[in-house]
Amino acid sequence: MTTKKLMFYFPKSETEKPIVYHLVKDYDLIINIFRAKVTPEEFGYLVLDVTGEDADIQRGIEFVRSFNVEVNETERGLTWNESRCTSCGNCLAHCPTNALHIIDPVTRKVGFDPEACIDCLACIDNCPFHACSSVFADTTEARI
Amino acid sequence: MKTYDQINRKIENGTAVVLTADEVIDYVDRKGLDAAANEVDVVTTATFGPMCSSGCFVNFGHSKPKMRITEAWLDDVLVYSGIAAVDAYLGASQLRHNDPANMYYPGEFRFGGGHVIEKLINRETVQLFALSYGTDDYPRRELRTHLTIDDLNQAIMVNPRNCYQNYNVATNRSDKPVYTYMGLLKPRMKNVTYSSAGQLSPLLNDPFYETIGIGTRVWLAGAQGHVYAEGTQHAPSCDRGANGVPREGAGTLALTGDMKKMKPGFVRGVSFKGYGVSLAVGVGIPIPILNPEILRRTTVRDEEIFAQVIDYSHDYPQKTGEVITSVSYAQLRSGTVELEGKQVEVGSLSSYAKALEIAELLAGEIRAGDFLVSEPIAPLPREQAMTSLEIRR
Repeated sequence: MTTKKLMFYFPKSETEKPIVYHLVKDYDLIINIFRAKVTPEEFGYLVLDVTGEDADIQRGIEFVRSFNVEVNETERGLTWNESRCTSCGNCLAHCPTNALHIIDPVTRKVGFDPEACIDCLACIDNCPFHACSSVFADTTEARI
Repeated sequence: MKTYDQINRKIENGTAVVLTADEVIDYVDRKGLDAAANEVDVVTTATFGPMCSSGCFVNFGHSKPKMRITEAWLDDVLVYSGIAAVDAYLGASQLRHNDPANMYYPGEFRFGGGHVIEKLINRETVQLFALSYGTDDYPRRELRTHLTIDDLNQAIMVNPRNCYQNYNVATNRSDKPVYTYMGLLKPRMKNVTYSSAGQLSPLLNDPFYETIGIGTRVWLAGAQGHVYAEGTQHAPSCDRGANGVPREGAGTLALTGDMKKMKPGFVRGVSFKGYGVSLAVGVGIPIPILNPEILRRTTVRDEEIFAQVIDYSHDYPQKTGEVITSVSYAQLRSGTVELEGKQVEVGSLSSYAKALEIAELLAGEIRAGDFLVSEPIAPLPREQAMTSLEIRR
């Protein structure tokens, strides 16, 4: 069993198809959705973890792509800009998975572990120095 | 016993022994207080965090024809112009013109005075727009131009309150989120925020202001600045531990320095969602080790420094004076504190990493003979409390 983080970008016309249903039912995948914006008449996105056999994940991705949905297998939703980070530590109590954490107890420098990030985006609103930003270009979230 | 002059001569010779307030703790443990006091000449302290009472005086130079500016904006942030013709004061917490503030609650406060100050120090271009009523000797009534800090005659940082000796730990006991200058406080005491460099912080290492006073040379964001007065709200008469270290706010410093000599990265604009804008400032202060007692006070540890946990949903805004409990900085730095039987996550607004970097930079400058210690020209008040504002009808 493998878990893979995927981002689906939906063109306007495909947002009504029950894609997630088919991924579960036909490809035997376990789905964990972190973030979704699926508004009728608009470009939408879905950020999810899929867990299953490698071959099923690949077939699932091909199935999703057949609807003209763009599938991104590598991109991270959250970008942490190290040069903007002052290591103040305000994010620490707001990051639910400790993706943002103290990397050295002596210097108390803050680091970011992209593997642990679940794209909740809590850090964006809570970073006083705008060190965190999101690839999701809707309204207020892609500002720096 | 050493004098300021003796220490400065060693600094000039390149023989001064300089340790950071972090390093000195183990050093004194190893060597013993008296032996260490003979050897160590200077202990460097530092802090980096939001300090809202910060800003700068600028002089734009005169345009042709001249203008007696009455209203002005730098990057759409209002500067105070009720002083001489082309002088102005840019305050850290001033919002940008047309910022909706909290009309769409909670507001974002993306940009303000603190960000303009950061841009100036980064030598980025900012826009000046100014208005006037026009006079015989200053006929111009409007101008718009672009400038960098190098185009200004002076850019002098003048911060009425920096380096709070100690600070509240903020939490939220209510069932709604609270947006504060201590960040977002989640409902039902899900998090606390503190803001102090603890064992590295200047006034926690000199709790009775024995060496830090008016005239003390300080490292202000990379420039050599000075303490020009007691800071606003300086209130040294407070609850103190057996070690003399305040268990609440206490002393503050008013600092000034030449912004043209400041380094990027040590002055940063700050945005607090739902609250406003501010400026994070990096300050380093050397403590000359004149005698063993002064050295002993610099060995204070995070586990010996306590701060009060205050409810920012009610007790802080309503000024009830109620304190939930006191916790040590060692507990805070562990990542969780226990409050009323509950484990609560801890966040911080003061960067220990930056403070350590500053303490090391300052130590390096002193060892290189580039930064001398200075005897205060006047002491800071040691007995004084803060008064409240009475609302009279």
